[in-house]
Amino acid sequence: MFQTVALSGSRGERQLFSDVSVTVKPGTLLAVVGENGSGKTSFLRMLCGLLSPDGGAILWQGKDIRQLKELYSAQLTYVGHLNGIKDELTPVENLTVSASLAGDESSGAIVQKALEAVGLVRPVHRLPTRVLSQGQKRRVSLARLWLSTRPLWLLDEPFASLDAAATSYLTQRLHAHLNNGGMVVVATHQEIAIPTDSIQHLRLTR
Amino acid sequence: MSQPSMSEALRGVIRRDLLLAMRHRSDVAMSVFFVVIVASLFPLGVGPESAVLRVIASGVLWVTALLACLLSLGRLFTADYLDGVLEQTLLIPQPLAVLVVGKVFSHWVISGLPVVLLSPLLGLQFGLSGDSLWVLTLSLLLGTPTLSMIGAIGAALTLGLRGSGLLVALLVLPLFIPVLIFGAGAVTNSLAGIGSEANLSLLGACFLFSFAFAPWATAVALRIALE
Repeated sequence: MFQTVALSGSRGERQLFSDVSVTVKPGTLLAVVGENGSGKTSFLRMLCGLLSPDGGAILWQGKDIRQLKELYSAQLTYVGHLNGIKDELTPVENLTVSASLAGDESSGAIVQKALEAVGLVRPVHRLPTRVLSQGQKRRVSLARLWLSTRPLWLLDEPFASLDAAATSYLTQRLHAHLNNGGMVVVATHQEIAIPTDSIQHLRLTR
Repeated sequence: MSQPSMSEALRGVIRRDLLLAMRHRSDVAMSVFFVVIVASLFPLGVGPESAVLRVIASGVLWVTALLACLLSLGRLFTADYLDGVLEQTLLIPQPLAVLVVGKVFSHWVISGLPVVLLSPLLGLQFGLSGDSLWVLTLSLLLGTPTLSMIGAIGAALTLGLRGSGLLVALLVLPLFIPVLIFGAGAVTNSLAGIGSEANLSLLGACFLFSFAFAPWATAVALRIALE
């Protein structure tokens, strides 16, 4: 179980959110919604441990993530606002390197399968990522979710730049993860086609 | 659910950075050309008198190595910071200081090792003898990784700042001074027949001290930069 307790955060002088307490149980998705600049990305980065909260705590299985450190990092997969891929490498190389660094399966066949699952056809796999469109780059980044066996996924605007087909692939993947008892926190502007009983919403306001 | 071992994570970081360096061969070549051209300009400018060249050899070659390291520091973390790879690196479930060691090692292989390998040839231009060439190479082998480690602290502290290139230079050049003194001193002493063991030992001490301290300091600076 994943919890935030009276979490508050700011950027510079500006208070973004305060006293946010939410619980994400296995098999549920927390959709973080709000206008641009409301602090969704900061909230997600805080949940990753990349940003320190002003107050409150983030708990994983009842323990503060600041104490768990790398043990907590081993539980999560984060797809941020930036794709986290290298333009000079091919999609296969990008995925192989990131999967091996995350401790996930990174054999050639599995990586190819993950790329195909996000709708990237084989000829694209061996091209330098710099020649791909924004949507294709986003797909490469999201393909990590097909390799991830970690229970907690933190996704920042994962549907940005995706077409209808890729949105559908991703929704199916999220659904499968939730069915396996996974947890997802997603910052999004978009409705997610997942049964409503597994979704909770958190609205951040400016 | 699995987790990479420390050595797997370290190898992964090194492999990625070296793969990227292979794709950016021009950057690596530029560092090498810089060293060759700068070191070759001095004999042309000062003249062919071998006595004068031998006196200035250690200082010139060491300053050249130092500047080559400084020039490449901008590439150490900036690209990873801009494309989000650094965020992902911070989330690898292994101590960040260990991953920093991997990045610094790759930086040294790309910018420091070519200087070490070229140093006997460059030394010949300055009329250095067999023993002095050996001491020059050994001093650079000990000193250039230290420069990379110290430089990494500066690169991390200035990450994302405007005018970070100049700022890195201002931050790390004073910290490079002991390495420069001991490195150049080793070669000078060897030329004078005094023996270079003391200077080489001090260079080794600098290496060990920076190896113990710099990855940790760089990791802290990177976390602050990403906040």
